[in-house]
Amino acid sequence: MSKAAEIDIASVSKIYGKTIAVDSISIKIPAGSYCCLLGPSGCGKTPTLRMIAGHESVSNGDIVLGKEVVTNLPPAKRGTAMMFQSYALFPHLDLIDNVAFSLKMAGVDKETRRAKALDMLKLMQLDGYANRRPAQLSGGQQQRVALARALITDPEALLLDEPLSALDPFLKIRMRAELKKLHKQLGITFVHVTHSQEEAMALADMVVVMSDGRIEQAASPREVFERPATAFVARFMGDHNVISGKVVGSAENIVTFDVVGGGTFTASGEPRPVGADVDAAIRTDHVRIGESPNKGFGFTGIVTNLEYRGPSVKLTIEGAGISEFTAIVTDKAFYATPVAVGDAVPLHWDAEDAIILGAP
Amino acid sequence: MNNLITRATPYLQATPLLALLGFFLAVPILLLLIVSFWDYDFAGMYPAFVTFNYAETLGSWVTWKTYGNTLKFAAIVWAITAFLGFWVAYFLAFHVRTATMQMVLFLVCTVPFLTSNIIRMISWIPVLGRNGLVNSGLVGAGIIDQPLEWLLYSDFAVILAMVHLYTLFMVTPIFNNMMRIDKSLVEAARDAGAKDWQIIWNVILPLAKPGIAIGTIFVVTLVMADFSTVQVMSGGQSASVALMMRNQMSLLQYPAAAANAVVLLVLVLLMVAGILRIVDIRKEL
Repeated sequence: MSKAAEIDIASVSKIYGKTIAVDSISIKIPAGSYCCLLGPSGCGKTPTLRMIAGHESVSNGDIVLGKEVVTNLPPAKRGTAMMFQSYALFPHLDLIDNVAFSLKMAGVDKETRRAKALDMLKLMQLDGYANRRPAQLSGGQQQRVALARALITDPEALLLDEPLSALDPFLKIRMRAELKKLHKQLGITFVHVTHSQEEAMALADMVVVMSDGRIEQAASPREVFERPATAFVARFMGDHNVISGKVVGSAENIVTFDVVGGGTFTASGEPRPVGADVDAAIRTDHVRIGESPNKGFGFTGIVTNLEYRGPSVKLTIEGAGISEFTAIVTDKAFYATPVAVGDAVPLHWDAEDAIILGAP
Repeated sequence: MNNLITRATPYLQATPLLALLGFFLAVPILLLLIVSFWDYDFAGMYPAFVTFNYAETLGSWVTWKTYGNTLKFAAIVWAITAFLGFWVAYFLAFHVRTATMQMVLFLVCTVPFLTSNIIRMISWIPVLGRNGLVNSGLVGAGIIDQPLEWLLYSDFAVILAMVHLYTLFMVTPIFNNMMRIDKSLVEAARDAGAKDWQIIWNVILPLAKPGIAIGTIFVVTLVMADFSTVQVMSGGQSASVALMMRNQMSLLQYPAAAANAVVLLVLVLLMVAGILRIVDIRKEL
């Protein structure tokens, strides 16, 4: 239906007084992709989105949308449309006038703009509510109105600021599917800010994990999950154990390290100098109960907590030098050799499941 | 017994307010209403049920002219205070960035209220008088030859003083109202391509209506009931309804003043009802 734009963010910073909210980040968001900016609160993802939208000035660097440098353009001249966190629907206007607002500002006559707005509401299956006020709608409906209002300008990129955070869990999952469908239908670039890794994985073609105003990793969801670049990403994405130690030896693509007060482990990764601090990630669902056939891919610890989750059981284990190690084993495997809190239990994993984090 | 206490508790809790409102609001209005039907002469007033107080008030062209004059003041003062109030509140709410500065500037707006109405009014006299600051300044600068006569003891002076006295009653509710407007609405409007004046006209003004309505009620009721400003600033050359009542009272024509007061009360209540019909202020309360 329309032209999607590539968004190129070139060493962009946002500085408030002495606080650096966004610290010289660079990413290229491919045209027509669904990009999620992911991170904990205060990581700089919202200022980044607002700078793309033009609601926040850029302290340093440039933003290019398509072929145009938009760094100093007002929001409406950029070809972007923003959907606000609380939707920011105009409470005094009915749905038609809300959706037609940007057309009214552009001086489109009443008949034309109302007809176009009604078409947009039809697309969102809200035409039956056209004369209602936003307050008379449910959260999910309000979100669809906000989408309709953003899309009526026919943008090249849609910017969504935590669009699902105000919805209840059930609706969240439904609206997630609708967003994905809409993205496919429109083919424009979506940039979506969220703090939920689940949401990002479900929606994105490209996940940008941010922390402290910097980009930790920008890659496909699968790569971010399977090969987290840093200890922060591994912890934030969840489902990973991070163990830290000091390197005692390296071979090609193999690093051996000692955990302080604990055992020696081996993980795959670029060689590191001996004595350097190193973090390794181990998928919680790839940990199995039992003695390790190979040295360096397991340890024995005390079970401190058990959580039954139906298809799986979550074990929390305290080992020498390792605290809060999580193992998620299938219910079948667990009940084959049940353990109780306080038991010592041997754990192991496959060689390819332990990876070294961070650049050398 | 216990049951009785449980049932009586809500009534007991409501009693202080009921007593207060009854004693200071309901009883005086009731007395006013009763007295307005009494008879009177130069020496005193006599319990009776006569309607000529009303007939006299409503039948006299002086009353109508005075009401017209008062309504004229109300309309002009309302228009000026609403204009000023809107822009002052808009500046405070949307252009002052820090909350501290907002509060400081708002307090600055209230500083004149630390002195009494009368003092603030009288302090205009040396400013506006024949040999006052403005006139001597203008004459001294050679802009005019003769002092301007209409600066003091004129309708202009009355309106100026009223605007000075009552603008804050407009600023406060509008400011309070605007502070509750979600700032992301302004951003959403800007995202939709609205220019500054379009944002004000299409978003802020409609959403500030309840505040403007409350301010309007304050200003209109204050102006309609004003007698001191009109008397002092017009030098006795202009009349208002309240001033007319005061004159009647000084002639001991209490029943006539009471009838006049009832008419004014009804008129003001009708005006307030009209405002409430146009704007839903419940959101603001």
